[in-house]
Amino acid sequence: MPIALYRIDDRLIHGQVVVGWGQPLELRFIVLVDDEVAASEWEQELYRMGVPPEMRVHFLAVDDAVAALPGFQSDEHAGIVLVGDIGTMTRLVERVAGTIRAVNVGGVHHSPGRTPRLRYVFLTAAEEEGLRAIERLGVEVTAQDVPSTRPVPLDELLHTTLDG
Amino acid sequence: MDGEGEKSRQDIRALIAAHGTLAAGLVSAVQQITGRGAVFLAMSNSSLSLSDIQDSLARALDETGARVIFTDLPAGSCTMAVRKLMRARTDITLVTGANLPLLLDFAMQDDVDAVAAAHAALERGRVSMTAHGA
Repeated sequence: MPIALYRIDDRLIHGQVVVGWGQPLELRFIVLVDDEVAASEWEQELYRMGVPPEMRVHFLAVDDAVAALPGFQSDEHAGIVLVGDIGTMTRLVERVAGTIRAVNVGGVHHSPGRTPRLRYVFLTAAEEEGLRAIERLGVEVTAQDVPSTRPVPLDELLHTTLDG
Repeated sequence: MDGEGEKSRQDIRALIAAHGTLAAGLVSAVQQITGRGAVFLAMSNSSLSLSDIQDSLARALDETGARVIFTDLPAGSCTMAVRKLMRARTDITLVTGANLPLLLDFAMQDDVDAVAAAHAALERGRVSMTAHGA
């Protein structure tokens, strides 16, 4: 079964992922791709705590995720690949060209230097270019925090500015 | 993280960190029922990254002296942020899955140490959920 969602979310494993997407997509595993978390037993324990017992979690660095992705894609259950930032997703997409068809921008929150695009998406110019680079690799990029909202296409996202 | 700036800091015995406007709603309900909403500082995770939630909670703990944090969802970002914070701050008590009966019980225990009150209130919150009818 193909991976159901490739998501960029700086909160990583949290309610929207586990409940908001997890239940309707019937997700049975999460592949959390993050070099830092993959090297930290303590952080892995923290995120494992947030996952229901019926869901598996795999913590992988980008290099290891590239090698493991075909195996996850042939899993009998639905799963999600989760990264914490646009740079990590860019690296992943570049390394597995043609495998990832769509990327979901689920949460890139406020930080100095970022422009507010949506309530849950704030981007620097470099991050915007990162998303464009992903799109240039043939990947559909949309922003969508939860399944019940409309996916916002990248071009529309980058032409949207929140007031205040 | 959104908080309630006008509240007297010395009254605050616990933080409630939750999704959307849930924390503010819970505090409003505690205030309506007991008049003791001021023991809580309501905080929202809206539009914040995990690290920003963590920073806001740390600031609120420092400013209020509170050592008890209630969160809504065990797997939520507020809970994750508190758990990260607890690695360096071992004097914090975190209660996840907080509900109104639990918070009411905590609010009424103003003569008890806040950490002890949180533990005592936990049982009230747990047993408050019942099903009736078919």
